[in-house]
Amino acid sequence: MKFAIQVNEGPYQHQATDSAYQFAKAALDAGHEIMRVFFYHDGVNNGTNLTTPPQDDRNIVNRWSELGKAHDLDLVVCVAAAQRRGIVDEGEMQRNGKDAQNIADGFRISGLGQLIEAGIQSERLMVFGD
Amino acid sequence: MSTLHTVNKSPFEKNSLADCLGYAKEGSAVLMYEDGVYGAMKGNAVAEKVAAASGVKFYALGPDLKARGISEEKLAEGIEVVDYAGFVNLAVENDIVSAWV
Repeated sequence: MKFAIQVNEGPYQHQATDSAYQFAKAALDAGHEIMRVFFYHDGVNNGTNLTTPPQDDRNIVNRWSELGKAHDLDLVVCVAAAQRRGIVDEGEMQRNGKDAQNIADGFRISGLGQLIEAGIQSERLMVFGD
Repeated sequence: MSTLHTVNKSPFEKNSLADCLGYAKEGSAVLMYEDGVYGAMKGNAVAEKVAAASGVKFYALGPDLKARGISEEKLAEGIEVVDYAGFVNLAVENDIVSAWV
């Protein structure tokens, strides 16, 4: 089955991103497809490469990057939510005159249309949030 | 058309479980996860509402029960414990998934 996943909460604040990750992993293990993970609202904070959690804690950002790499996942960060919260890629850095970028490996910044498309093209849209 | 309702709030924090039960039709499923698993315990304020929901199947996510120290003997009757693979199966088996976030 073709799933899409929406994550509305940031890492280490709420269980939503942990639940979404565990669901995604279980779905992939069962042979299902995840056509997109869309990070919305505070969920965009899952896509910064500047986090350094303690070594004995789970690294939520790297965990998404690694799962994305292993399964060729489309990890999409909402552009408007990202601009508000300082999640920046090369294009956004140039467009908005910033002096740095921090998008984590495997993530890309795009628009809300990607969420609508995921809702249409997937068979189930799973929403994780507060 | 069957619906899987997912509830992640404690019934002592928000009314999402009670609200969900107002919508849940016969043949639908309710999965309690995250703090929502407190709604699966017996003898609490929502237990009667859960018991009265005829034709609705109730599930609770095992890892989230374990994380909160809720053992199976504390669960209300008729609650089935599932793991994440079971969560995925519920999403597949039902036609619609409605998240009561």
